[in-house]
Amino acid sequence: MPIFSFIAYPENSMKDQLIKDLSLIQYCEVKPSDNKDVLILLTDTPDEETNKNLINKIKDLPSLQSLSMTFGHTD
Amino acid sequence: MTITRRDFIRSMALKSAAVAAATMFPGISFAGWKPTDLPAGSIQWNKTPCRFCGTGCGLLVGVSGDRAVAVKGDPKCSVNKGLCCVKGYHSVQILYGKDRFKTAYVKKNGKMVPTPIEDALDLVAQKMKEFIKEKGKDAVAMYGSGQWSIPDGYVSSKLFKGCIGTNNLEANARLCMASAVTGCLTTFGLDEPMGCYEDIDNADVFVTWGNNMAEMHPVLFSRMLANRKSKTHVKIIDLTTRSTRSSQAADISFIFNPQSDLALANAICYEIINNGWVNEDFVSKHVSFHKGKTNIGYGIQDHFKFKDKAETVDFEALKTFLEDYTPELAEKISGVSAKNIKYLAALYGDPEKKVTSFWTMGMNQHTRGTWINNLVYNIHLLTGKISTPGNSPFSLTGQPSACGTVREVGTLTHKLPHGVVMKEGARKMAAKIWGVPETNIDPKPTYHTVEMFRALDRGDLTFMWIQVTNPMVTMPKLKRYRDGAKKDGRFIVVSEIYPTPTSDVADVILPSALWVEREGFFGNSERRTQHNAQLVPRPGETMCNTWQIIQVARRLGFEKQFPWSQETYIEDIWNEYIQFHDTPKHRMAPYKELTQRSGIQWPYVEGKETRWRYNGKYDPACRDDTFDFYGKPDHRAWIWLRPYEPAAESPDREYPFWLNTGRVLEHWHTGSMTRRIPILHKAVPESYVEINPKDAMSLGVVEGSKVKISSRRGSLIMKASINGRGNPPMGMVFVPFFDESLLINEVTLDAFCPISKQPDYKKCAVKLEKV
Repeated sequence: MPIFSFIAYPENSMKDQLIKDLSLIQYCEVKPSDNKDVLILLTDTPDEETNKNLINKIKDLPSLQSLSMTFGHTD
Repeated sequence: MTITRRDFIRSMALKSAAVAAATMFPGISFAGWKPTDLPAGSIQWNKTPCRFCGTGCGLLVGVSGDRAVAVKGDPKCSVNKGLCCVKGYHSVQILYGKDRFKTAYVKKNGKMVPTPIEDALDLVAQKMKEFIKEKGKDAVAMYGSGQWSIPDGYVSSKLFKGCIGTNNLEANARLCMASAVTGCLTTFGLDEPMGCYEDIDNADVFVTWGNNMAEMHPVLFSRMLANRKSKTHVKIIDLTTRSTRSSQAADISFIFNPQSDLALANAICYEIINNGWVNEDFVSKHVSFHKGKTNIGYGIQDHFKFKDKAETVDFEALKTFLEDYTPELAEKISGVSAKNIKYLAALYGDPEKKVTSFWTMGMNQHTRGTWINNLVYNIHLLTGKISTPGNSPFSLTGQPSACGTVREVGTLTHKLPHGVVMKEGARKMAAKIWGVPETNIDPKPTYHTVEMFRALDRGDLTFMWIQVTNPMVTMPKLKRYRDGAKKDGRFIVVSEIYPTPTSDVADVILPSALWVEREGFFGNSERRTQHNAQLVPRPGETMCNTWQIIQVARRLGFEKQFPWSQETYIEDIWNEYIQFHDTPKHRMAPYKELTQRSGIQWPYVEGKETRWRYNGKYDPACRDDTFDFYGKPDHRAWIWLRPYEPAAESPDREYPFWLNTGRVLEHWHTGSMTRRIPILHKAVPESYVEINPKDAMSLGVVEGSKVKISSRRGSLIMKASINGRGNPPMGMVFVPFFDESLLINEVTLDAFCPISKQPDYKKCAVKLEKV
C-alpha cells in the first residue's frame, strides 16, 4: 500500500492545467499553492505495480515539469 | 475521533511535502489548507536536536508506545523555528533499519560471533591491558566523532588522557573542521564563531565561500532566502569551484580555480585598502598584524612535523604584501575577473552594508585551510564587520556536535576540556577535576587523525577503539589505512549501529544506542548546547557509548574516576564537565535549564546567553562595552599575511582533471543512516561522477555512462552525471562520498593543512576513461 508525497513543478504557465490533469487521475490528491508555482501531490495506491504505473503516467503529463519526492512509505 | 494507521501515514506524507515546500519557498501557502495535527493523546511529542548536521535544528519527535513514529520541526527552537530538511523529517527511521546491531560480536576463527555485551566489554578491557603492558600506553587509541554526544567525548578524554595517560585520542571532526579551529585560534586566540544565526536575519550581503548551503545546511539557507525575500536589497554571492543548487539560488555566482580562494581573499583586502574602505578606528584599536612561515608543505609523508612561528609586523607590511594580489594579478590565479573581484570588495567595503561570510568544507578541507580561514577574517577585521548583528565571518559545521564534543570537550590529541596538554595550567585543572595525578597527563600530543591511522598501519599503535564514525569510508588514500587496520597484530573495536566497512575490519563490535534511545547533549555551530532525553527503549543489548566507555574504564581499574550510577550518569558527567568552563568566556548552562529549553548558547552568564562574542555590548567577558578580543594576550584580533600557495597535487598531462568530493542533500556523510531510510535511498541510490557537458562530449560519455576514474592512489568505476544538480567547470569532476560500494576515497590524497592537520578532500588529480 504505497503512499508518497511530492512537490510538483508545472511547466511555465501550466499550473492550472497540471492541477486539472492530476485531479483527473485515480489515486492522486492535489494541494495547490495559491502563491507559488508549485503544488503538493499525494499518491495513495493499493500496490507497488499500480504505484509504478501511476508514477509513469504522471511523468508523461505535458503540463508537468518535474517531481521532487518528499515522503515515501511502502508496506 | 479515531485515526487509522493509513490516515496517519497520509497525514505525515502531506506534512512532509508542506514542510519541504515551506523550506524551499518561504511564505508559501495552500489556499486555506493547513496540514493538521494528529489528535492529541495518540502521540507524545518531545523535543530533541536533530541527529544529522551541525545546524542543530530543534525537532519534536512523536512517540507512540515504545516507538518513535514521527518528526516535526520545533517551533520553539530559534535555530529552525519549526522547519526541518528532508533528512531531519525522516530521521526517526534511522532507528529501525532491519540490520541494526542489537548484540555484540566478537571475531572467532575469522568469523564474527554474537556475544553477550558484558563478555565483549571484558575482552575489550583485557586487550587494552595486554597491549598497554606489552607495548606501552601509546599502543592504544580511541577514534571518536563529531557525532559523539558530549558525555561520550568527555569520558573518553578522561579515560585516555587522565587515566591511561595517552594523548591517543582523536575524532573525525579533524577531517571536517580542524582548519576552522586553527583559524579561530590563530586569529582570535579562542575557538568557535563569535556570531550566531541571528546574523542571517540581519545581514545585507551573504558571501558563501566554497559552501553549498542549499544542500548541506538547507534550513539556514532557507532563512537566508527568507531574509532576501523580505528585504529586496539583500544579496547572496556564491563563491564556488563548481555550480551547485546554491549557485542557482544566489544572486551572483563566481567560479574560482581550486585553491585560488587564497588569492581572491587577498585581492579583496588589497581593494579594501586601495579604496580607503578600511575601518581605521576599529583597526587601530582592535587589530594587530603578523606573518608566519611560508612554503609549509603538505604532510604527505609519514612523521611530517610543522610548527608555525608568528612574527609581528605592521599595517604597512600588509600593504606591501598585498601588492602581489591586485585584482588583475588575482584574476590570473583565480579565474575570477578583476571587475568581479572589485565588485566583491566593494560589497565588503561598503560601510552601509552588513556582511556575513559563511563557509564549511571548501575552506576547511584545504591544504592551506588555516590560512584561508585567517584571510576571510582579515576581510572582516579590516572593515570592522565582525561581532555585531549581521556582520559575521562564520564557519558552519557538518556534524551535530563537532563543536560541542570535539571543539569544546577537546577530543583531539593536543586538547583537554580546557586548554591544551602542553600547558601546565590546563593539565593541573584537568587532573584536579578528574581526580588523577597531574603526572598522568602527558604534555606531548601524539597523533592527529591521518598520522594515527599511519601509526596503525606501521604498527606503532596496535589497538584502536572507533566510536560513531566510519573511517573505512572517510579516510583519504583509503586503501593504505584499510590494509593497515587489517594487519596481523592489530585489534579494532567498533561501536556502531549498523554494519559498515569499518565494522567489517572489527575484532569486536559493540552495539550502540542511538540518539533518542539515550540521554545526551549536542553542541551546534552557533555555540548552542542542546539536550536530548531518552525517548524510546534501547533495542536488544545496545548500550549508550558513554556507558560502554565507563564500563571498560571500571574494568581497567578506574572505578574511582567513573563512579556514576546508570540513573544519573549523564547529569553527573555534565556537572563535572562544566567545571572546566566556569568563566564568563565559556560558562555553560546548568543541566536543569538545558533539559527544559531547546538549546542554550554559551557563554551563559547570569541567566543570559551571549549572542555576539568579543563585543562588550553583548559579551560579559569583555573589559568594557567596546570590542575586546580577549583570547589574545594583546586583546587584539590578529591579521595574518598569508600568501597563495598551490595545491598538493594539480592536474597534469597524465591526470588532467581536478577531483572534488562532498555530500548531497539526501545523504548524510557516509550514508550508514540515510541509506537505510527508504525514501532518501531511493532518491539518490548510488554515487556518481559529475562531469562538465563539454568534457563528457570529448570523452564520448552521456548521462549514465560508466566511467573509470583513476588517480595515482586507486580507481573506481561509476556512472556519469551530466547537467545534474551540480555542474563542475571543464577540467573538474565531483563525486559524492556517501556510497560505501563506490569508495571515492580510494582515489583521494592524504595531503593536509600543516597547521590544522585537516586533509584536503577537494583537490587531487584524476583521469577519466569511458568504460
